[in-house]
Amino acid sequence: MRSNVLYAIYILWLRQLKRYFRSRSRMIGSLGQPILFLVALGFGLRSVYAAAGEGNYIQFLSPGIIAMSILFTAIFSGIEVIWDRQFGFLKETLVAPVSRFAIMLGRTLGGATVAAFQGILVLVISVLIGFRPELSSILPSLVFMILIALIFTALGTAIASTLEDMQGFQLIMNFVVMPVFFLSGALFPLETAPPALKVIAVFNPLSYGVDGLRAVMIGSSHFNVWVDVAVQVAIAAAFIGIGAWLFSRIKA
Amino acid sequence: MAQADHTISVKHLSKKYGELAAVNDISFEVAAGSIFAFLGPNGAGKTTTIKMLTTLVAPSSGKMSVNGFDPVAEPSKVRHSFGIVFQDPSLDDDLTAYENMFFHAGLYGVSRAETPGLIKEFLEFVELWDRKDDLVKRFSGGMRRRLEIARGLLHTPAIIFLDEPTVGLDPQTRNHIWDYIKKLNRDRGLTVFFTTHYMEEVERMADSTAIIDHGRLVANDTVENIVKKSNSQSLEDAFIKLTGRQIREEEASAVDHLRKQGRMWGRRR
Repeated sequence: MRSNVLYAIYILWLRQLKRYFRSRSRMIGSLGQPILFLVALGFGLRSVYAAAGEGNYIQFLSPGIIAMSILFTAIFSGIEVIWDRQFGFLKETLVAPVSRFAIMLGRTLGGATVAAFQGILVLVISVLIGFRPELSSILPSLVFMILIALIFTALGTAIASTLEDMQGFQLIMNFVVMPVFFLSGALFPLETAPPALKVIAVFNPLSYGVDGLRAVMIGSSHFNVWVDVAVQVAIAAAFIGIGAWLFSRIKA
Repeated sequence: MAQADHTISVKHLSKKYGELAAVNDISFEVAAGSIFAFLGPNGAGKTTTIKMLTTLVAPSSGKMSVNGFDPVAEPSKVRHSFGIVFQDPSLDDDLTAYENMFFHAGLYGVSRAETPGLIKEFLEFVELWDRKDDLVKRFSGGMRRRLEIARGLLHTPAIIFLDEPTVGLDPQTRNHIWDYIKKLNRDRGLTVFFTTHYMEEVERMADSTAIIDHGRLVANDTVENIVKKSNSQSLEDAFIKLTGRQIREEEASAVDHLRKQGRMWGRRR
């Protein structure tokens, strides 16, 4: 019985991957935004940033943009629950002899894998543009990518479980995704930010992801790298728990 | 499998949404290996009843038994017992026919060694084996229905629920689908529970029939007896006699619909 549950989780994970790798347009389309940010901001603000005595902006910015692309992909993966509800596939999973928790977990792991993979693609692109992370950072940075992906896929699933249709989508973009991104320190150093922004960043899950990536990739961090790990593991667990609870309350 | 002669048994089942009783104290039984038609105008309580039998909605009161199990107390056992074709499509359009089948097998814990053989058997049965690697989004309405039926049978359930399985399909496809279902019923003893608005399908297929209106059963018998008892010429005739008013009002506007519900309520209380 136990192996059946694990296999069902694997099946739902596999479904997310198949859907992602099958839609090339989605994969390539979601690279457009990070490339634009890297080129426009990275080159546009480079001289200002250097003149302020902060060093190379591409080095600073790239981990933030990697985190951003994971954030966007993860939230959208979570929100796919709404599509599945509209196109009916959700019902197929809800009458299957599998617990709601297993269904939510399988979907979330699948979405998070996709989002982390998107982060790796952006890392490759940023290297092509001029980002030079420490080579030894590749494995530890993967840990942070996966944590960011898990947190926001679970959040997307939690939000989507409470929505009936895509009407609330714009709301999520403007009041969740964008603030989380812009107030995370992805674009600017928290050290020199005004106190109000610093306080907000402390309550923003993405801050710890961005900070962790920077800590391992370029060796500079605002929080402590272990704080980044601990906070994110706790948030991931909490969001998966909340997401599973909300998902289990979906009415078919 | 089930000890009793009845694969499905429902006793004093009710489902209330606030003040409205979508299903109001209904009782019926479905004999093992029989074909059972569950009829009623739209909004009469058909889909709510199916949702309760298939563990998607908890009843407000009453008892149910599906394949010998209680949908409330033993949802997992009940879910293994039935396959379902929903009124609305429930396939993953971005996957192939084979993948839809394969994922279903995984969710239902079908033996991994047997899965490929069973997928082939059921896709061949509904004549979709040569299209197995095509994405479902390229399938016609009839092909999707056939795939859903094949998928619903993949974990070899004792019962299949078909909620308006032939709606929107041409007569050729409808005939085809009923031929498959009849064959499954005859060859494998599958119990079939279906809803439809096509009365000739009921006359042709059903061993017994129940008609629900305003959440209450207004008939539960063989087609012959229902026609005879209501002094009608045909089942269609009997159906309209038993549920008549509602049919006309189904075409009314949303406001009328609300008024109707108000009246319905007033009459019952």
